Amino acid sequence: VNHVVHNGGLYKRPFNEAFEETPMLVAVLTYVGYGVLTLFGYLRDFLRQWKIEKCQNATEREEQKDFVPLYQDFENFYNRNLYMRIRDSWNRPICSVPGAKVDMMERVSHDYNWTFTYTGRVIKDVINMGSYNYLGFAQNAGACQEAAAKVLSQYGAGVCSTRQEMGNLDKHEELEKLVARFLGVESAMVYGMGFATNSMNIPALVGKGCLILSDELNHASLVLGARLSGATIRIFKHNNMQSLEKLLKDAIVHGQPRTRRPWKKILILVEGIYSMEGSIVRLPEVIALKKKYKTYLYLDEAHSIGALGPSGRGVVEYFGLNPEDVDVMMGTFTKSFGAAGGYIGGKKELIDYLRTYSHSAVYATSMSPPVVEQIITSMKCIIGEDGTTVGKARVQQLAENTRYFRRRLKEMGFIIYGNEDSPVVPLMLYMPAKIGAFGREMLKRNIGVVVVGFPATPIIESRARFCLSAAHTKEMLDTALKEVNEVGDLLQVKYSRHRLVPLLDRPFDETTYEETED
Amino acid sequence: QEKEELIEEWQPEPLVPPVPKDHPALNYNIVSGPPTHIITVNGKECINFASFNFLGLLDNEKVKSAAQASLKKYGVGTCGPRGFYGTFDVHLELEERLAKFMRTEEAIIYSYGFATIASAIPAYSKRGDIVFVDEAACFAIQKGLQASRSNIKLFKHNDMADLERLLREQEIEDQKNPRKARVTRRFIVVEGLYMNTGDICPLPELIKLKYKYKVRIFLEESLSFGVLGEHGRGITEHFGINIDDIDLISANMENSLASIGGFCCGRSFIIDHQRLSGQGYCFSASLPPLLAAAAIEALNIMEDNPDIFQTLRAKCEHIHKALQGISGLKVVGESFSPALHLQLEESCGSRENDVKLLKRVVDYCMNSGIALTQARYLEKEEKCLPPPSIRVVITVEQTEQELDKAASLLKEAAQSVLS
Repeated sequence: VNHVVHNGGLYKRPFNEAFEETPMLVAVLTYVGYGVLTLFGYLRDFLRQWKIEKCQNATEREEQKDFVPLYQDFENFYNRNLYMRIRDSWNRPICSVPGAKVDMMERVSHDYNWTFTYTGRVIKDVINMGSYNYLGFAQNAGACQEAAAKVLSQYGAGVCSTRQEMGNLDKHEELEKLVARFLGVESAMVYGMGFATNSMNIPALVGKGCLILSDELNHASLVLGARLSGATIRIFKHNNMQSLEKLLKDAIVHGQPRTRRPWKKILILVEGIYSMEGSIVRLPEVIALKKKYKTYLYLDEAHSIGALGPSGRGVVEYFGLNPEDVDVMMGTFTKSFGAAGGYIGGKKELIDYLRTYSHSAVYATSMSPPVVEQIITSMKCIIGEDGTTVGKARVQQLAENTRYFRRRLKEMGFIIYGNEDSPVVPLMLYMPAKIGAFGREMLKRNIGVVVVGFPATPIIESRARFCLSAAHTKEMLDTALKEVNEVGDLLQVKYSRHRLVPLLDRPFDETTYEETED
Repeated sequence: QEKEELIEEWQPEPLVPPVPKDHPALNYNIVSGPPTHIITVNGKECINFASFNFLGLLDNEKVKSAAQASLKKYGVGTCGPRGFYGTFDVHLELEERLAKFMRTEEAIIYSYGFATIASAIPAYSKRGDIVFVDEAACFAIQKGLQASRSNIKLFKHNDMADLERLLREQEIEDQKNPRKARVTRRFIVVEGLYMNTGDICPLPELIKLKYKYKVRIFLEESLSFGVLGEHGRGITEHFGINIDDIDLISANMENSLASIGGFCCGRSFIIDHQRLSGQGYCFSASLPPLLAAAAIEALNIMEDNPDIFQTLRAKCEHIHKALQGISGLKVVGESFSPALHLQLEESCGSRENDVKLLKRVVDYCMNSGIALTQARYLEKEEKCLPPPSIRVVITVEQTEQELDKAASLLKEAAQSVLS
């Protein structure tokens, strides 16, 4: 039962996105589970305070014991009592290229995860469903690696200067022209870190007296950039166009909160694919709203560039829209290009302005040359300029893998969030104990998955997240599916009752959330 | 109906104001080839006095081959943040080596130098806490402070009396409200060698103030790591201070270590907290392994050749002396600081004209084979904007003749442009 939307002709393709509602019993049990853990947490803290139980936390220096405590006891309550129990599911060290199969260093804990020791053994060929390797460019051999090696021996690893001073290499200029061509925009600018791209450029674009409308589930970098800019921030419900339209109407009609003056600019911040939900932004509707209300659109394509669209050019191509409609197209090179860094693309005036006033161009080191070369080679491969059809094949393979994997998981009876075409597949677990258990059981069966809980997700909606890659072959996917099936039966996480609530029909309440800088 | 009219009428400002074509910051210098000792800028070959390559490790063959080996093993990117299969054994090794080198318990690496201190400060200092920061603090520190939403108290650059006055005022405030004072954290944020002025911070007095007023110290050592101290351990070694007295040392690996990224080191009690609450650590992809391997090799070289630090400092003294007495330009910075500023002795009235004048000096030097740059700032965003200046960077690879050539060329340029 999939809800298909062709909203007033705005969509040229079916938009299948659904979020099944949490079963009531599961929600209750999850709350009970957290309640029990909290009680135990209080008990253990009590025992530790009265020295009945040994405290294994690092402690303050003797000489500084009378300083104001650095951490509030409550801040770390969650960390000490809940996170510490299942800490081994995260920060797993690997020692090979993060491709479709990866080698992990084995680590054990003899004191319930307070400290880890490495046994020295290596778990080989773990199927990697956790790395953001959408097009499989995380390779240590092949055209990309050879080109990067040549550039490394010629240019060295670092740059030691900022873009505006002496750090602007000819390689950077070449990359920027290529990125602009790839996206179909007038010009582009690249930065050394994806997170910093957001947090350093949003403040350059908007300031006091402007309004930012940000999606509920935006990434921390967008939230930080919005806060640092000093503009007023209002949050609309995730991917909910009625909520966004209401906020837009209110903003233009009522103006700034106290003075009633009109807003200088309004900027809408959305992401292409939301990495925790697996949902794709309703871009045709957002662009229609943007044009009607004369606002500006900032699209963060961290996960969707390279992963969506018939030739990998991102969510704009996926919907068949014009890249010039999006005012600021931002993205990162970490996920689909197997490198690091971020970019912003748009009109020439925008990029010229950013070249002059972006915090990163003035104060932060530019990108390292071998990384730049990796992006140039992989981007040329995706476009097809290297003379092969490898890029196109990978994009198609990813789309096939996505559809196949999601279909099989849904058939097995798991609750899977998100859009049918998104390569990020969240599988709902809900209960805190199952988070740890799922991660460990899958590792025992040689499959590496990512599990996420609070605070990255709402407290009862913890999940396991699979990131598909073009490098995954059908055999690997089948093996993974078989194991997921087994573990799912073992842990009883097959909650789906096939009652899907289409996102459009979800009611939204009238409250709006506003954050202002005081 | 009225609403529809209002919506029709509202006109936003353009997304970005147009930038004039001759804006000084718009036209970048294009460097073809590696930015090493001999650099090709805009087609001309020059001696590099502008890249922060203090120990000359950008071009080092051993560093490059270590990075090549890592590239062959791991590829380029890590495809994930540290929490989700982005932790490589190279990262763990680099953290251990840095902690051992700095003689602290633990170290944590970030993938971007700017993000290091800008994520470290908000992890500890929240709304309601008090931070005393030097006026000449660099932009990354300012952004970290802004993100933390704490109360910022600026004290005059390197003026311990001013800082003590602020601390005493705060103490009086505390006595009025002891309950609040018991939960308000206090920090002092200083740099070892200031990027904006080239001065050194008086750390021994700061330590005394720390214990007297119970404030924690965060030290930013981007310029002094790998420069000061007998073994390059930074300002704590330079002054002979016990490193545990400093709560957090943060530095970036983009200057002396000629790699990319940054690190924080200190006691586990402090550093471990950043693994869950450092925004630039948790929500961002980890450092590419080849850069981590390059940093490890650079550390090896630093440990094996402790005499390069003395050599570097001697060169700094040499050029500091040689640049004295240029008519129209004054040298700003300590004699052993490898990054100093040349400011105009007399401003010609407006910042724009000063910048234009300095540009002519820089162009004169570039045309004659010395690559220099002006220090760049965001004029509207800085809290205390430093005056326009030319940045002169000394590296260990520059020979005495080249230093003398640079000094004499600057004298010539100043004479021809400024008189």
